Amino acid sequence: MITVSSLLDDHWHERYKKISKLNIRSSIYDVTNRCNLRCKGCFFFSSGEHEVAPEEKDIEKWHEFVEKEMDRGVNLAILIGGEPTLCLDRVEAFYKRLPTFCATNGLIKVPRDRFPDMMVGISLWGDADDEKTLRGNDTFVVSSANYEGDPHAYYLYTITPKQLGKTEHIIKKIKDVGLKVHMQLLSNDEGVDGFTWQPEELVAIREEMDSMLDTYPETVISSKYYHEIITTGKMLGRSFGWAECPSVTEPLDNRDPRPKRLTNFIRWSSGLDSMHRCCTSETRDCRTCKDGAAHMSWVMVNKRAHIKTTKDLQNWIEVYEMFAKLYQFIPW
Amino acid sequence: MSNDTNATITRIAEIIIDELKLEDVTPASFDPDLDLVDEVGVDSMDLATIALVLRDEYSIRIDEDDYPKLTTVRFIAEYIIDKQNSSE
Repeated sequence: MITVSSLLDDHWHERYKKISKLNIRSSIYDVTNRCNLRCKGCFFFSSGEHEVAPEEKDIEKWHEFVEKEMDRGVNLAILIGGEPTLCLDRVEAFYKRLPTFCATNGLIKVPRDRFPDMMVGISLWGDADDEKTLRGNDTFVVSSANYEGDPHAYYLYTITPKQLGKTEHIIKKIKDVGLKVHMQLLSNDEGVDGFTWQPEELVAIREEMDSMLDTYPETVISSKYYHEIITTGKMLGRSFGWAECPSVTEPLDNRDPRPKRLTNFIRWSSGLDSMHRCCTSETRDCRTCKDGAAHMSWVMVNKRAHIKTTKDLQNWIEVYEMFAKLYQFIPW
Repeated sequence: MSNDTNATITRIAEIIIDELKLEDVTPASFDPDLDLVDEVGVDSMDLATIALVLRDEYSIRIDEDDYPKLTTVRFIAEYIIDKQNSSE
């Protein structure tokens, strides 16, 4: 029988052992329905998720809610929005109790005296031109000033088709402000002209992502297998889509057969009494979804399928390590 | 080790091989001390599937909280035998 030990040498086996016991149980929380930007392509607003439920304003209810989430086994809170930094008291309700990741556009600085080691993921949608086209503002100018050299922050660089041939410029800018970067791809939920990926562009951007990882290994937190999966939508001959997605809210998951999925995963609305279908917009076509976390999780939950060849298992380890670094379960 | 324990180990190995569609292994050659999670890649969804079959086969309930203890075929066999004995 093929076992992990039979496939890995000592070096890889040590790496495997460091992550195999982590048992990460994440859920995603909309902290607020409000944002200080209105980006074209933001699934939260384009799909009307900000109107699903009025946000809970009683901070005591947030504290009680987080306690219940911990009882449910959650050990990683991923905070999104809206813009979470508009409601730092709610962010604190999570941060005081469990490992917490806060996604932000970086325009408001998370006060480090209050949140000394909370991981912050700063969204970036390309170069200054793309940022102005899609977000109305070049956020990098502000966010890089807010977070320069912060060891608990990194950029979530959403690459658009317009970025082909330009990613190195962005990676260098991020490196120069002493931050790390993780790359993902725009899903173009609002169909902005020229921002939908074409097959040949996906081939080209995969090569570019690989090259950035090779050239800037201290800055880029990624793996080539992840690049392959997110640009092709294929893993071990299977296609990403509704039937395979691991990030569907568990109580709403009526798929049969049920695929490998994140245990107990829920994406909660900021009303705290309603859930969204999945980690991203339910108006999105799952076949073309480019959500980075969903694709990472797709690999991670399919561990046994990767215990076939040494290369498959090494690929799985690299993706798991990438996820664990991005959420501070292991060091950079 | 009693014959009953041996038989239980062999049957559990057979169930795991069938349910997880494991290749290149038979119930007789399955190492009962092999770590199912670390070495075979069994996850909580796999364990839930196996637990349902074991429940029907042995008329016992396996609590989800006990999954972390069930890391080898031998531990599962001992767990089942304990459960059966305590319900007698």
